[in-house]
Amino acid sequence: MNQVNNIPTENFVILAAILFCIGLSGIFINRKNIISLLMSIELMLLAVNINFVTFSAALGNLVGQVYAIFVLTVAGAEAAIGLAILVIYFQNRRSIETGDASTMKG
Amino acid sequence: MVVSARNMVHCIMFLILAFLNAAALFILLNAEFLAMLLVVVYVGAIAVLFLFVVMMLDIDTKKVKHEVRRHIPSLILVSVVLFTEILLAIKASSIKSYNTESLYAIPKDQHNINAIGDVLYTNFILPFELSGAVLFVAMIGAIVLTLKDETRFIRKQKISDQVFRTKANSLEIVKVKSKEGINL
Repeated sequence: MNQVNNIPTENFVILAAILFCIGLSGIFINRKNIISLLMSIELMLLAVNINFVTFSAALGNLVGQVYAIFVLTVAGAEAAIGLAILVIYFQNRRSIETGDASTMKG
Repeated sequence: MVVSARNMVHCIMFLILAFLNAAALFILLNAEFLAMLLVVVYVGAIAVLFLFVVMMLDIDTKKVKHEVRRHIPSLILVSVVLFTEILLAIKASSIKSYNTESLYAIPKDQHNINAIGDVLYTNFILPFELSGAVLFVAMIGAIVLTLKDETRFIRKQKISDQVFRTKANSLEIVKVKSKEGINL
């Protein structure tokens, strides 16, 4: 396996996998809480970014890092929009439970 | 910890910790620019945004129930299956170094930020502009969503009404009889 600074690439990939699984289980655990859902999604995107940068460094190719920047951009936009929706949702309903969203009317 | 802590503020603190750890790993991987970006943008902006929202909304944590019991089997199943799949894929694969002669090879004589800038502003200019557009749309969307219609509460000066106000339509002289009063 390839190495970067004497650390095997495997370790980074396994770490990213663990982080992704934590984010996934966070979505399962906190199904009622929208903020926790958003944070779990951020965690999963972070795992994806770690993978991108790891392979970018391992393969000596810069595209992975450039792509990681775009992923960061999209994650930031998503977090901003999600929190804005959350704020108006809370103002309307005084709670942030996802189950209530089905009672919403346009 | 991010997903299991009861207090939302603690969750966000652990999220910040995870981001800082990832930034340190990026530095280990010779990706200094992304590490800086992660610290500045994520810890500085997005995590603080989360903190603001959590503190502003004042959610009582007792109300938000953790319905873990019902979902634990599916949770364990999905996580373990996914993780073992990834692990098997890692074990089965062998990463070989590509030839470093390609267009996007990491240059040895340049700094990381220099190299990224060179590639980002020449070969990837179109996705770069598009990501700028995405951020712009997100900004406008967030503002539009959270901006309230304040015009009902603001009382502005109506200059034309004041100018066209005359004695005839604003003043009426009545004789008030004693002990009867008037109806306004």
